[in-house]
Amino acid sequence: MNKILELKNVSLTYQTMDDEITAIDNLSLNCHEGDFISIIGPSGCGKTTILSMIAGLIEPSSGEILFEGKVRDTKKLSLGYMLQKDHLFAWRTIEKNVFLPLEIKGVKTNANKEYARALLCKYGLSAFKDKYPDQLSGGMRQRVALIRTLVSNPKLLLLDEPFSALDYQTRLAVCDDVYSIIKNENKTTILVTHDISEAIAMSNVIVVLTERPAKVKSIHRPNILGDTPLKRRESADFGLWFEKIWKELNQ
Amino acid sequence: MKYERKFSPEHIKYVKKVKRETLLVWILRFSILILFLGLWELFAWSGIIDSFISSSPSKIAITIGNLVTENNLFYHMGITLYETVLGFLIAVGLGYVIALILWWSERVRRVLEPYIVVLNSLPKIALGPIIIVWCGSGNKAIIFMAVLIGIIVAIITMLNGFLATDKNKILLLKSMGANKLQILTKLVVPGSLPTLISMLKISVGMAWIGSIMGEYLVSKAGLGYLIVYGGQVFKLDLVMAATVVLCLLATLMYSLVALLEKVIIKHKY
Repeated sequence: MNKILELKNVSLTYQTMDDEITAIDNLSLNCHEGDFISIIGPSGCGKTTILSMIAGLIEPSSGEILFEGKVRDTKKLSLGYMLQKDHLFAWRTIEKNVFLPLEIKGVKTNANKEYARALLCKYGLSAFKDKYPDQLSGGMRQRVALIRTLVSNPKLLLLDEPFSALDYQTRLAVCDDVYSIIKNENKTTILVTHDISEAIAMSNVIVVLTERPAKVKSIHRPNILGDTPLKRRESADFGLWFEKIWKELNQ
Repeated sequence: MKYERKFSPEHIKYVKKVKRETLLVWILRFSILILFLGLWELFAWSGIIDSFISSSPSKIAITIGNLVTENNLFYHMGITLYETVLGFLIAVGLGYVIALILWWSERVRRVLEPYIVVLNSLPKIALGPIIIVWCGSGNKAIIFMAVLIGIIVAIITMLNGFLATDKNKILLLKSMGANKLQILTKLVVPGSLPTLISMLKISVGMAWIGSIMGEYLVSKAGLGYLIVYGGQVFKLDLVMAATVVLCLLATLMYSLVALLEKVIIKHKY
């Protein structure tokens, strides 16, 4: 399988007036096509920083980040970033919100607009395309946010705790929803979360980080049966994996 | 999907109650006005208060009538309105652009910060004599005063609105590869629309302060001129009449901005 993303001995140190803080220390990570990687670690360990580096928003102090085997051009990365909140723009209709990445990248062609509309239609949102975000429920808004990241047809999706702003009930449903859309569109994904069960239910690779400065503590490949995160949560293995990772995080 | 809905008696009762409350508020509002004007008129008429000093509603009405027929009230209104609206537009427009520049460059913002603080706390009326020397004793000085009083508040309000843009939304746009201009046009400007509206509302008030202040200092016509002139010759009827007209104009201008708000902002920010 093709390697989409490779982090080679990446470190990040940032400066403040009275200190020099090492946030990431010698982190290496491989991401293959079709992977669903979860990065999990104690809070404040720099999980989000890793995503920011992958997205080209922060440059690592040392080390290398390769995209499809090449040094990347941070201006033209083919990736979609999804954050904790949906961050839909209140003054734009759902359709216009979804067009946003096309406008930014200057590729708002008819073909791309049709693709975006097709995605909205495929995932049951075409009836809402002329509505405004405040007219939609939290779960639906998050689905729109996911489609917004998909319209530019990215090779890699970065999800930064995309469900943590939702209540528990919605969260399980949206988690299932997002997972099925991602699998359906066959996207490679890196998810950052502090929710162990979410990581186990969704991913095929789990990367456990240490406290700051973040290093890779261990990498797991839970092979839990079940097509959807909800089904996996019901499986017997699920509890075992949960216990294992929970203990590891609390060491 | 519109269809006839049968409402329960409770709902009808509730709607009635709310409507009755609204009606009551309106009735009370008018009652206060009528009571106030009535007592004023009554006291002036019966001699309890001296109508030479306090005027009276009927005298004010007669004065306004006379102003229209004999003294060209609309001319004075036009002058003041012209100064106010022009001062308002310049202060708002220039203030918006300066706020944009300050948002764009953090360095410029940091460098200019103390100057803005000083200009903000300085009572602009103190600059009156300087303005007269520089701009002469015409319209220009008055408009300049209106701009000066309005612009600092416009800048500060707008800049705070720009800076309050959600950091995560900026991050999101950057992850799409957006440059600074795109962040400005796609996010910061449309996102700060509610701030723009409140800035306009504040600026309407500021522009009126500026123009009337300016007319107090130097003018040959305008509502502020009528007020000052009336005060000097002890014609309190004239002072009151001009003030009433001023109230109406200022309210009208504010209502226009409020209307603009309803048209532009349809959705929650």
